[in-house]
Amino acid sequence: MPKDGGIGASSKRREDLRFLTGRGKYTDDINLQNQTHAYFVRSDVAHGTINSIDTSAAEAMPGVLRVFTAKDFEAVGGIPCGWQITDRHGEVMQEPKHPVLAEGKVRHVGDPIAVVVAETQAQARDAGEALDIDITELPAVIDMRDALKDGATKVHDDLTSNLCYDWGFVEENRDAVDEAIKGAHHVTTLELTNNRLVANPMEPRVAVGDYDFSTDEHTLYTTSQNPHVIRLLMGAFVLGIPEHKLRVVAPDVGGGFGTKIFHYAEEAFCTFAAKEIGRPVKWTSSRSEAFMSDAHGRDHVTKIELALDKDGNFLALRTDTLANMGAYLSTFAPSVPTWLHGTLMAGNYKTPLIYVNVKAVFTNTVPVDAYRGAGRPEATFQLERVVDKAAREMGIDPVELRRKNFITEFPYATPVAVEYDTGDYHATMDKLLEMSDHAGFDTRAAESKKNGKLRGFGISHYIEACGIAPSNLVGQLGARAGLYESATVRVNATGSISVMTGSHSHGQGHETSFAQVVADMIGIDESQIDIVHGDTAKTPMGMGTYGSRSIAVGGSAMVKATEKIINKAKKIAAHLLEASDADIELKDGAFSVAGTDKSVAWGDVTLAAYVPHNYPLEDIEPGLEETAFYDPANFTYPSGGYGCEVEVDPETGKVTVLGFYAADDFGNIVNPMIVEGQVHGGLAQGIGQALLENCAYDAEGQILSGSYMDYAMPRADDLPMFNVDHSCITPCTHNPLGVKGCGEAGAIGSPPALVNAVIDALQRGGHDVTHIDMPLSPDRVWAAMNG
Amino acid sequence: MTKVSMTVNGKAVSGEVEGRTLLSAFLRDDLHLTGTHIGCDTSQCGACVVHVDGKAVKSCTMFAAEADGAEVATIEGQANKDGSLNVIQAAFKEHHGLQCGFCTPGMVMSAAALLKENPKPTEAEVRDYLEGNICRCTGYHNIVKAILAASGQDVPAVAAE
Amino acid sequence: MYNFEINRPSTIADAVKALASDEAQALGGGQTLIPTLKQRLASPETLVSLTGIDEMKGICVDDDGRLCVGGATIHADVAADGRYPALSAMASHIGDPAVRNRGTIGGSIANNDPAACYPAAVLASNATVVTNTREIDADDYFQGMFTTALEEGEIVTEVKFPVPEVANYQKFVQPASRFALVGVFVAKFSDGVRVAVTGASEDGVFRWTDAEAALSDNFSADALEGLSVSADGMMSDLHGSAAYRAHLVKVMTGRAVTPAA
Repeated sequence: MPKDGGIGASSKRREDLRFLTGRGKYTDDINLQNQTHAYFVRSDVAHGTINSIDTSAAEAMPGVLRVFTAKDFEAVGGIPCGWQITDRHGEVMQEPKHPVLAEGKVRHVGDPIAVVVAETQAQARDAGEALDIDITELPAVIDMRDALKDGATKVHDDLTSNLCYDWGFVEENRDAVDEAIKGAHHVTTLELTNNRLVANPMEPRVAVGDYDFSTDEHTLYTTSQNPHVIRLLMGAFVLGIPEHKLRVVAPDVGGGFGTKIFHYAEEAFCTFAAKEIGRPVKWTSSRSEAFMSDAHGRDHVTKIELALDKDGNFLALRTDTLANMGAYLSTFAPSVPTWLHGTLMAGNYKTPLIYVNVKAVFTNTVPVDAYRGAGRPEATFQLERVVDKAAREMGIDPVELRRKNFITEFPYATPVAVEYDTGDYHATMDKLLEMSDHAGFDTRAAESKKNGKLRGFGISHYIEACGIAPSNLVGQLGARAGLYESATVRVNATGSISVMTGSHSHGQGHETSFAQVVADMIGIDESQIDIVHGDTAKTPMGMGTYGSRSIAVGGSAMVKATEKIINKAKKIAAHLLEASDADIELKDGAFSVAGTDKSVAWGDVTLAAYVPHNYPLEDIEPGLEETAFYDPANFTYPSGGYGCEVEVDPETGKVTVLGFYAADDFGNIVNPMIVEGQVHGGLAQGIGQALLENCAYDAEGQILSGSYMDYAMPRADDLPMFNVDHSCITPCTHNPLGVKGCGEAGAIGSPPALVNAVIDALQRGGHDVTHIDMPLSPDRVWAAMNG
Repeated sequence: MTKVSMTVNGKAVSGEVEGRTLLSAFLRDDLHLTGTHIGCDTSQCGACVVHVDGKAVKSCTMFAAEADGAEVATIEGQANKDGSLNVIQAAFKEHHGLQCGFCTPGMVMSAAALLKENPKPTEAEVRDYLEGNICRCTGYHNIVKAILAASGQDVPAVAAE
Repeated sequence: MYNFEINRPSTIADAVKALASDEAQALGGGQTLIPTLKQRLASPETLVSLTGIDEMKGICVDDDGRLCVGGATIHADVAADGRYPALSAMASHIGDPAVRNRGTIGGSIANNDPAACYPAAVLASNATVVTNTREIDADDYFQGMFTTALEEGEIVTEVKFPVPEVANYQKFVQPASRFALVGVFVAKFSDGVRVAVTGASEDGVFRWTDAEAALSDNFSADALEGLSVSADGMMSDLHGSAAYRAHLVKVMTGRAVTPAA
């Protein structure tokens, strides 16, 4: 039975009223009194030496207040990187300076050179064009393989090469893995690329800086997934502003998908310039600008080898990846191809020996960082592709080969340093096959054949790691931040509640689902609870929302804080009911003495806390407000079976997705409606990666897909209705809600299922095609079919 | 600067605009109707869709001066007179047809235009009509469902609870 | 955008007068021009909007049975018309619904984007492009990508389409822009078949005369067997190689013939 409230109910979202009526308050909707506008002048070459910048003509243009260049930022720090990798030789990664505005050199198309601040946006842009910038273009390195060649042009002169790090994991296994592969009955090898993507939240980035000289307070309004992280990075490392004088507000944010985690130059600029100019400074990205200034995602080139015995048991796995960092290290870039990628290489399988090598490479391209899934899609893609290829090579059914190697006992310690707490991979596989009517596929394939089409079915089975933690471990791995989450539960005198969370909602519906959790615990109506987020002045220090962490980590902090509230409230109730604390029960918003009909309502207890006339003041303080910080003991490990059914038009190479099936195990679920929505969105992005999206560069470093004219965003008519299920539940064992995380799963599990389906269709049609690199656009599929 | 006058959500408004002032900018900056959003600069995303003289148009691809004398409807004017959500808005909420909300105003305005032209569209017709509205959050599944529901057609329950 | 004045004449005569200035440029529905202006790739001093000229709007049939579409007629109106079904079907898939409510036939063919749909319809239909000064045969009108026979300040006031016995347009979309990666319009008249191809060639819309000859003899997809399109001169980009486009020309022509036949 569907529940009508609390945990497990598909409560309708309270956010929707404002979004559906045009009352949402996004950063670009904020216009401060006396506001000025910034226009960033960006490099149109991928690599070059800045000889001179003559600002005089621009400064004389109408409405221009000031032109800023790198020399204005001499006293200011660079944009920091939040994760330091130590490589397989024990060396720390090469970490170049990332200035707010380019110093001496430009290193990618879009690298900011100067900023004009003017009365209007149009005036700022007009003046930007009047800047006289003399740049000598230098040879650019775009392809990672070229960048690693001896004598290659260096992206950073002060580094020894374009190699950021050479990471091996687990290094001690290296020789044993080589050995096992050498002696194996069968080795399947696959070389592939994981295509560069642009996150493209529909709301472009915006920053508004403000400064109040009378209080010396800075405020930054920004499109961020984690305002506290921005405050810490920008305040402490870039501008030198202490936290109590810096407020960062991320109001309604129109999607993030990772690219709004990072601290960007434009945020530091607007904060800095607002004080310099003495007026608020606003910057709004255009979409075209976003393509060259938002951190990109993925961009790996990989060779993977899977060794099997004659029965199809996996013996060893070796994978070598080149990971593009772009021209500078974006905030969490180094962690993505390493700890978020290498640790997932076991997948759902009990492969005993695994070795992962990752070389991170600087190129003259836009920085690359986390994008929905971040490292986990790259791991899953190569693994689920190579498993499928192995099945075909050995003549084993791809489902059976997976089942044969599934991990079945938990907890399970993988050879890549993580311990899966729970899972039931056969259950999700069973569910997938049932949902997708796998048994009826041959009949459908015959029908397609009659119509001149090739039908194929592909599966993948993914593992994800959400809520990266614990902080002391990730600190050892190079994180320069903690990975806890926080919540303050403030119960008001009449019993209503404000929950201040460090998580940030930018589409996930936290205002609804978080309220469900607290309401469920106390037994009051959800409408009595408000969720406050996105403002460092209002919320405790928290790390924000990414990596599918919010319910598992932020939700757990909220549970902990609410437990403290309940414990204290029970003491108050015990006093009011003249009973012992231990005998007090909380049910449906009332405290009662066990075994009696004596009870007191929630509102009477909360009122007593703030009007403590009849109150145990000698034992407990008045008031009812508690904060908790929750640092998880482990990751959570969602998993699932994904299936994709496609039809290929052999004349044109066009792939049509006929059906997509997702059987996920997310552990316990707070709001099924929201969870399904998250999966739908993830699937669309994964299908987008597999079929449509590609951020391509030419050899000179110009972006070939720099707008929606060439970057193919998935549209409504590219996608089918999705068939999703989350009835397979193995609750997480180490967080109080037993929840796992669902935000990225769709984007992780879907690309290999789709590619496997297309390969299946082509092979059934008699084409000897074993791999096509994403996106599987019609021209690529046609070219593969025609040799 | 040119003077323009138009009716927006039933109210007569006027203002001084440059030739290059887009209708979207006039709505957002001059009238403070910030529900109309700007998500691209190549006329593709549809976050800016409004109705001009009853027809869905991309307000970022039309000059304010061209709307002189026109009847303009934006997301802010879509709710019922008593402030409750209209049938399309209510269906979006009921079927979780929005997440971050940024594309939503354009989606609702396009959906309204579709249902005016075609009161009982098929799923394929809905998807086809949304060609000019990009959503990055929902995968369109629940948007399509919401529009079908708003047209009075049966759709499956929201979640497999 | 650079700034400019907007002039909104209500007659063709006034529009022509306004366009006489060197720095003036015509503005149709603006669905291509406005994004171009946003990129600051054009800097007119005056934009002369043609959308307020009633005499350039609407669709009628003339004494010769031709469908006459006013230059300022929006795509949505052509889509809804139905008297030339293949033309309406083509118009119903240009851009998206909001674009079709602004974009005009005159604007499309004056721009002559090499991937636009209308040029294929105009050329395959052997239509006549009417301007404020003259009538131009379709074969003379299109002169390579973004190039037409129009003189400075000349306005497309009307396009007259002979209505074929049967016709069909097949568009294979470029997945991002949704313009034609290859679009083929096949029109069968009593005196022969015309086949016009958009999206494919570096020279813009063109007639595939080999196919026209074959289809004039035998109007069926089988007639195309043995024909091939050379990849020389085909566009090549992120979305399709020249060889792929050449291949698609034949596939799409066959598909246009099959439902049309």
